[in-house]
Parts: sequence; C-alpha cells; structure tokens
Amino acid sequence: MSLDTADASAASPAAASTEDTFAGISLRRLAWRRLKRDKGAMIAMGVLILVFVTALLAPLIVSVLGLSPYDFDNSALDPALGSLPAGSWGGVSADHPLGVEPLTGRDLLARLLYGARVSMFIALTAVTLIAIIGTVVGIVAGYKSGWVDTIIGRSTDLLLAFPFILMLIALSPVLTQRLEALGLSPENARIIYLVIVFAFFGWPYLARLIRGQVLSLREREFVEAAVASGAPTRRILFKEILPNLWAPIIVYVTISLPTLIAAEAALSYLGVGVIEPTPSWGKMLADSVRYFAVVPTYLFIPGTALFVVVYAFNVFGDAVRDALDPRTGRNLR
Amino acid sequence: MTGYVIRRLLTGILILVLLSMVTFLLFNALPTDPAALTCGKSCTPQVIEANRVRLGLDLPLWQQYLEFVKGLFLGRTYGSGSQTFTCDAPALGYSFRRGECVTPLILGVLPVTIYLAVGAFILWMISGVLLGIYAALRRGRWQEKATLGAALVGYSFPSFFIGLLLLFFVVIKWQLLPYPDYVPPQDDPVQFLQTMILPWITLALVFAAFYIRLTRNQMLETLGEDYIRTARAKGLPERTVIRKHGLRAGLTPIVTAAGLDLAGLLGGAIIVESVFTLPGLGRLAINSVLDADLPVITGTVLVAGFFIVVANIIVDLLYAVIDPRVRLT
Repeated sequence: MSLDTADASAASPAAASTEDTFAGISLRRLAWRRLKRDKGAMIAMGVLILVFVTALLAPLIVSVLGLSPYDFDNSALDPALGSLPAGSWGGVSADHPLGVEPLTGRDLLARLLYGARVSMFIALTAVTLIAIIGTVVGIVAGYKSGWVDTIIGRSTDLLLAFPFILMLIALSPVLTQRLEALGLSPENARIIYLVIVFAFFGWPYLARLIRGQVLSLREREFVEAAVASGAPTRRILFKEILPNLWAPIIVYVTISLPTLIAAEAALSYLGVGVIEPTPSWGKMLADSVRYFAVVPTYLFIPGTALFVVVYAFNVFGDAVRDALDPRTGRNLR
Repeated sequence: MTGYVIRRLLTGILILVLLSMVTFLLFNALPTDPAALTCGKSCTPQVIEANRVRLGLDLPLWQQYLEFVKGLFLGRTYGSGSQTFTCDAPALGYSFRRGECVTPLILGVLPVTIYLAVGAFILWMISGVLLGIYAALRRGRWQEKATLGAALVGYSFPSFFIGLLLLFFVVIKWQLLPYPDYVPPQDDPVQFLQTMILPWITLALVFAAFYIRLTRNQMLETLGEDYIRTARAKGLPERTVIRKHGLRAGLTPIVTAAGLDLAGLLGGAIIVESVFTLPGLGRLAINSVLDADLPVITGTVLVAGFFIVVANIIVDLLYAVIDPRVRLT
C-alpha cells in the first residue's frame, strides 16, 4: 500500500492490478475512463445533465416559451366538460405543448420544469447533508472506537428502528409549523422540512458503511505512520483516511439520489410533501389521480418524467459503482 | 450460542424501550396541546381541562410516560367516577377523535396490512430469487442482460406510479378487474383476491427487481469461490452444487434484506395502501396524521418500530443458524 495517500488521487493498487495498462493512473481518472466506455452510462449522464440544466434554467425556458406554471388559463378549458382541458391529449395546443391541468388550466410543461427544480433541489441538498453528516460520524465512530463508537452505534440502531416514512408523515404538521414560525413561507417550509427529515433519517446508513471501512483502514500502515510522526487526530481523520473513502461515498450518493427523488414524489403524492402552488412531480401525480380516467396524459407526463430520471440515475449509479469498484463489476471477466 | 441470543434479545429490548421513549416524547412534548385536540371546534376550555385530567395529560411528562408503559402491560382506565372507560392491556392509548382505544383500532386494520405484506412477500421472494439465480447461471449471455435490464427498469418505477398505471390499465381502461374494494377473505374470497391482486403485484414488482440484483450478485460471488470448484471437481451434479453450496452461502444478505423489507411493510405499506384504498395500518397512520390524532400516531409508529426491531433480532438469530461464524462475535 502506498504511504502517500494524503492526495485524493493517490494510485489504487487494487484498481491497477486488474488493468495493468493503466497502472499508475489515479483512481479518479481510471474510473472516468471506465465510465466513458459504458455507453448506457454516458446516455444516462446526458439525460441527467439535460434534466439538470433545464431545471436550472426553467424560469428562462418557460418565459421564452411564453408559459407560466402558476397562471390560470380558462381559455384552455372546456366548461361543457366541467372544466376539463379542451381538445384531445389533455389540451395539447400551440400554447400548451404538453396540455393543461384540469380545473385551472395551468400549463403542464411549465409545471413539469418547475417541478424538476423542486425535486432536484430537495434531493441534492438532502444528499449533501447526508454525505457530510454520515461521513464525519462514520469516520469518528470507526477511528475512535470505545464509548464514542458505542454511543454512535446505538443511536444509529435507534434511528434505523424508526419506521421512516411513517415518521416523516407524522412529524410533518408540527415541524412545518415550527419552520413557518421561523419566518419561512408555507411552501418553503415544506421543502426545507423534507430536506431536514431526509438528512436526519438518511445519514445512519452511510455512517455505518463508512465506519466499517474506517475500522479496517485505521489498521493500515499509512495511518500508523501518520500517528508515529505525530500528526494530530484531525489531520489523520480528514487528510489520511478520508481520501480513501471517496469511492464508497460517491457510490452511496449516486444510489441515494434516485431514492430521494422518488421519496419526495411519494410524500408529495401522499399530501405531506410540497404544497400549492409549488409544483412537484409527486404532487402532479397525486393531483392527476382524480382525473386519470378522463385525462390520462396528466398522469403519464409527470410519471414518465419521474421514471426516466430515476432510471437514468440508477443506470449511472450502477456504472459509477462498477467503475470505482472493479471487483463487483458487471464487465468483469 | 445462548449468550449470543441473550445479548441480542437484550439489545433489542433496549432499542424498543428507547424507541417508545423517543416516540412518546416527540409526540407529546410538541407545541400542540394534546388535550385541545380531543374535541372539535365547539370546545369550551372546561371540556378541554376535563379531558386533560381524564387522559392524565395534566401529569408531568415522565409520569405520563410511566402511565403509558404501565398501560402497555396492565391495561389502563381513564377518568374517574361514572365517566370511566378502560382499555385492555396492551393499551397504547385512547383516541378521543374516534372514541376508541388505540390497540383494538390497530388490531382491526392489522390483518389487511398482513395479507398485503405476506402475499407480496411470497410473490417477490419466489420470482426475485429464482430470476436472480437464473441470471447468475446465464452470465454473459443475453438472458442475463435481459433479466438485469428488466430488473433495473422495475427498480426505477416509483411504487405509486406502478400502482396507478396498473389501476389505470387493468381496472379503468381494460376493465379486467372491478375497482378495488377491500373485504375480509372470510366474507368474500373472490372479491378479496380481486382487490389484493394488483397491490400484491405492485409491491412484488418493486421489490423483486431488488432481489434479482441481490441474488445474482451473491450467486456470482459464491460461485467463484474455491469450494464450489471443489464441489464440481468431485463430480457433484450441478443442481446440488447450486442448491447446497452456492445458495446457502449466498443466503445471508438475502435473508437480512427479506426480513427487514417484510418488517417495513408490516409497519404499513402506506403508499400502496393509499393508491388502492386498502384500510390497513398505513392508511390508519396517514388518516390520523391528517386528523392530528396523536394517540393513534404514537401507536402506529410504535407498532411499526416494534416490527422492525423484532425482524432485526430474528434476522440476526437466523444469521447465526445459517453462518456459524457469526456466533463468535
């Protein structure tokens, strides 16, 4: 094992031994080369970048197209049908490329794009918090052992024993009230609430994973060398050990993202997530249920979007895992 | 082995006690006044105060918790004089909103959730594990790619979207089944099956995808081990090699995942229950949240947590049976 692991791009002998041609190349570059050869992963990445950019630029795109996610449009509705969208395919027209929402006539494309913003924001923020808390707690628990480890271990056990979705739902009225009392608008309070609870119930899994890795890492020579040379604990934890943990952290983050996006959608679907007038894919699905016998496109549009993004994340996540950890790879042998 | 079992049981009990404390505190130390939630809009302060005393909400929190624990073992009587009502042990509390003790309320909806969870469990375990083994045995061929590809697609469908799609196509568009309307199996077995089949399939699709991937990975890992080569080399039939040697060694993570997933579902398959309007534990939980019915929320969270803790213990003990090395730790 190389003693010089202070650099995040230190060579990984495990990776090098499986592909001799790339010996001496950093794990990061090696993983990227493997990833580039995976066509499915590249397509998935393209889709994700596209979704990400459109979500980021949603206000711009929507205003260029002359749409609005919040404006009611009675002209697109048919009063004779009880305010269902006028015309076929859920009211598809030049003004509304994907049709309109029943009863309100709000544009579905605009709501879809704005919904992507909300979903992405929640998932990305929550996963960042999970990664930070989980990694720090995991490293400390694994390295310190003793009573620190016991306390952290027991509290993760306890957190994992909570029925996650049920707690999310049960806590939502009270915690959102608290957040509103802090001066947040009701819509934003819900979004922040989701981020907080996802992070709160999400970190123990990562912490466990990291702790397991650290338990074996701290017995390695380079840590011993650092201890012997008098490096402070903080330096050992975050400069010596942390760089060796990037692979599991990245893998965990990529597989968590689709789960979080789906969870946000599920909670909004259940009526405890994002609220009016904020659009979210889960909320659009929930709203579509009442109409899906007559306006099925309203169900398919957010549902398909959700599926495509989650699928792309899963394909990409699989490929990242294979690229970073060749031993479990699909393309091995 | 006995020492291991005892230690594991004790940790489980400790977690349960902590879980009950945290849940109790979380929902009773909230800014909302539980007594004010006991009656509707036309409530007078006198009624609220009377209810506070009857439910013991005037006591300090730790005493309330002790009363709650006592009620779990001995049952609990609320109020005094002529206006008393009793909840039998194990009493999880009394819901003023519904005028019922929480325990019978939960027991009343539990069968629905159990039918749902167990039916789906059987479906997904059989299909998931078999397809996973199939994929492992066809490694590198198109069958493996097709199975894994399908699994990834299934894995990416949010459960409520699959449920809604099934509902839309099977029930509304093609009208192959009547609209789901739950009846207990003893009342009308046909309608019961007609109602449950789509929820079962929905859950099975979501979970099977995960088990296909898990089983396949496990099988590939164990089939690469030296002792499998030995077993083959000594001329054992391939069947025996797969079943006796391959499957058993690869079983542990599958057992863990299966136990925890089943427990999670027993605590209420909230999403699927809402999509198909099944009156199970998940629906009860959601409705009590929307009604701000604190005793029922606490009760459902505790019951769900209980399933998870018990499943964890069972899984760990099964581990020790399957893999003797575990007992050492």
